[in-house]
Amino acid sequence: MYTAIGMGLAVIGVGLGIGMIGGRAAEAVARQPEATGDIRTTMIISAALIEGVGIIALILSFIS
Amino acid sequence: MPVSKQILYKLRFWSSSLCMAILFVLPMAVASAASGGDGISTKEGYIESVLHHVQNSNEIHLVGDFSVPLPIIAYHAEDGFLFAMSSSFDHGHKAVDGYVLYHGRIHRALGDFPKGTVEIDSFGHYHEGDYADQPFVDYAGTTYPLDAPGTFMESSSFYDFSITKNVATMLLAVILMFWLFGSVAKSMKLREGQAPKGVQSFMEPLVIFIRDDIAKPFIGDQHERYLPFIMSLFFFILILNLLGLVPFIGSANVTGNAGTTLALALFTFVIMIGVSKKDFWSHMLWMPGVPILVKLILAVIELISLIIKPVTLFIRLGANITAGHIAILAMVGLIFIFSGFGESLSGGVVGALISVPFTFAMNLLEIFVAVLQAFIFALLSAMYIGQAVEVSADH
Repeated sequence: MYTAIGMGLAVIGVGLGIGMIGGRAAEAVARQPEATGDIRTTMIISAALIEGVGIIALILSFIS
Repeated sequence: MPVSKQILYKLRFWSSSLCMAILFVLPMAVASAASGGDGISTKEGYIESVLHHVQNSNEIHLVGDFSVPLPIIAYHAEDGFLFAMSSSFDHGHKAVDGYVLYHGRIHRALGDFPKGTVEIDSFGHYHEGDYADQPFVDYAGTTYPLDAPGTFMESSSFYDFSITKNVATMLLAVILMFWLFGSVAKSMKLREGQAPKGVQSFMEPLVIFIRDDIAKPFIGDQHERYLPFIMSLFFFILILNLLGLVPFIGSANVTGNAGTTLALALFTFVIMIGVSKKDFWSHMLWMPGVPILVKLILAVIELISLIIKPVTLFIRLGANITAGHIAILAMVGLIFIFSGFGESLSGGVVGALISVPFTFAMNLLEIFVAVLQAFIFALLSAMYIGQAVEVSADH
């Protein structure tokens, strides 16, 4: 029960974060299409790092 | 229309139909794999079956009662080595020299279990006593507690050196890589200065992509030195991720196994520490240009982040791939849930109608995730190595 709530909370944060990255990246690409490659790499790195936080929360909620 | 173009269109049509057919067969294959083994009649049985399918196993289970036997090598301090094929365990119905296959994994029966090959009666779980919640094997009216192979968390009374499903899939990936890159290297030598052809023209953009988009921007001038490592990481993880999604060859969850990903992350960590320059350590332990109190706080934070780097690297890959496998199996589980775990056939049909498109979509997503995770692992490894070899010129 509590683990399910914890997982949900962690996913809300991660979802907001990755959603923001995706939205801003789309904005940036629309402004500067010539920088698409750099923006994509930066986007994926940030998304991966934020996802890491979510995954650690997930693992901890599985363990507890 | 020229003949060659017609042939090309035909080829394209047939190859795309074949791809679609394979993609539609995938969910059904997973369904058949999930329903194989023990009959699933309860929710608990279903969850157990899902977990069983993402874990390592001592045989490659194909369909129904068919499985590929694998060598089992176990070592016990007193009993010595055991060499056997998993087929001699008869899917867990027989015990060999005190070892049994329980849920596809080798276990050792504690106590004075008879040697040689014997037919065993059943498995179960202790509910009370010293071995509460531990599995047991029932033989000739007596129960013997089972000892599982050792993991990170728990030690075991024996060492398991078996060629398991994961190891076999890894060997298959290694053979595939040797064949693939061998042929690419050969055609590159043969056709020097000419346009690439065949599989070479598929691999060359990937190789150049890793060189120009991963290694060069993140490692810098010395990228050629670390390129082979980054490239091996990327292709090894990519091939294993994709092999895990192919049905009928065991769908081994190799890159979802914490041990495998931990080893890969340790490679990155050891290389990172091994090649690190003075600047890397001075910026970590004694950051120049900040007050002394901040220096102390920063040193602690940086040391923690040094450890967290490989840890997140290995958890990210393992958790993503395992989560994908579980998600696919959960979609398959709709069939069992709708049919009330085998009570209603029409419910099962409705469940299958919903489950197949969902599983199909999940599989497509997983193919994307397989490529993405290999890319991220290679990219972060390059980034960490790049940070370690960076020579700063700012002071």
